[in-house]
Amino acid sequence: MSCPDKSVLLHGMLDGELDVVGALAFEAHLKECPACAAEYRRQQAIRAALRRPELRDRAPDALRRKLEAALQPPRVPWWRRLLGDWRLGGAGAAALAMALMLLLVVPRGGDDLARQLVDSHVRSLLAEHLVDVPSSDRHTVKPWFVGKIDAAPPVVDLAAQGFPLVGGRLDYLDRRVVAALVYRHGGGHVVNLFVWPQPGASDAAPTAETEEGYRLLHWVRSGLEFWAVADIDLSELQAFQAAYQQGAAAQGMP
Amino acid sequence: MRGTEDAAKRFRETVLPCLDDAYTLARYLTRSTTDADDLVQEAFARALRYFDGFTGGDPRPWLLAILRNCFYAWLRARRSQQGEPLPDPEEAAAEATADPWGQTPEDPEAALIRIDEAAVVRALVEALPEPFREVLVLREMSDLSYQQIAEVTEVPIGTVMSRLARARLLVKRAWLARQGEEAP
Repeated sequence: MSCPDKSVLLHGMLDGELDVVGALAFEAHLKECPACAAEYRRQQAIRAALRRPELRDRAPDALRRKLEAALQPPRVPWWRRLLGDWRLGGAGAAALAMALMLLLVVPRGGDDLARQLVDSHVRSLLAEHLVDVPSSDRHTVKPWFVGKIDAAPPVVDLAAQGFPLVGGRLDYLDRRVVAALVYRHGGGHVVNLFVWPQPGASDAAPTAETEEGYRLLHWVRSGLEFWAVADIDLSELQAFQAAYQQGAAAQGMP
Repeated sequence: MRGTEDAAKRFRETVLPCLDDAYTLARYLTRSTTDADDLVQEAFARALRYFDGFTGGDPRPWLLAILRNCFYAWLRARRSQQGEPLPDPEEAAAEATADPWGQTPEDPEAALIRIDEAAVVRALVEALPEPFREVLVLREMSDLSYQQIAEVTEVPIGTVMSRLARARLLVKRAWLARQGEEAP
């Protein structure tokens, strides 16, 4: 039986955590105490067994590849490169982390519109994809859309209502180029408002959907189809919708 | 977005090389390759989200602390799903002073089958209660210092030392029992 009061020293010695004085003192003790010396040798043997390389695991290649792929910067689609190269600076790693998490946990597949919208929202949070025209000034954002899209959407800054405008972007949805207005909310959240013309469509009041945990709000007004997508509470998204519509009305949209 | 790209690049260069350490700890904690896979993915996603908070130095304690938190959250969720109470780690630590290998093997034949030694050692480690298993894996498989283990497991260094001593004592007893020797 080794000396009970030497247990911590013995393990400290084994782990190289003793200072020089402590190590020398313990070595001196080992010379005098056969029980501790035997225990020390036994622990060294166990430690050698525990440190065999087979007991350390190598991550499977599939896992490594999945993580590496999720960490690659997203590829920029050809049509986006043709459209221009405006970017928003410095949004931090948070958006990318979120995108990584989604890439890893959200099963892909399905091609209905809600899923496409959510995919587009998620892609927008990836590097290089949030906005093409970074500006909180609607007089900059609105003209940017003109000529790039059939109908430029009403651009309203909602900073006073808690949704500052970040900018605008073109996106590709349902085989057509659509406008996306980007708003921030409550620090980290992003609201994407997708807009495209739907000539002849009658006005429709907002209806809510949930897809992959994201909130979607859909409405039609004046021949334009609107889809707001965000990971915020429905009541907040409804407040956003009301504020946007009010602002658009103030700009002369019926 | 330059900032995000740089952060992703820095993350790839500093945190991704710790993947094997993360996977090793995940595997010993979950005792399952599929659960370890899931746990590592979750931990990396969370690590990337909190990468701003990484202040430099050895990234392993930082990453492994995140992984360990993910593990206990996962364990809590799983146990509450199955209606099992979650044992308090301190309580589990106290209980484990009893020798879990005191009893003879259920099937004496099994002990005679020649098993790869590494597999035996792995089984011994996996049989340790969580508070001892994690300090032993962090020390022996990832070669973390006492200070780093204390950071990962969020306990004082003194507790790390006593748990490590206890973990090795438990392994030794089991080891000696396997070899048919008399434990001192």
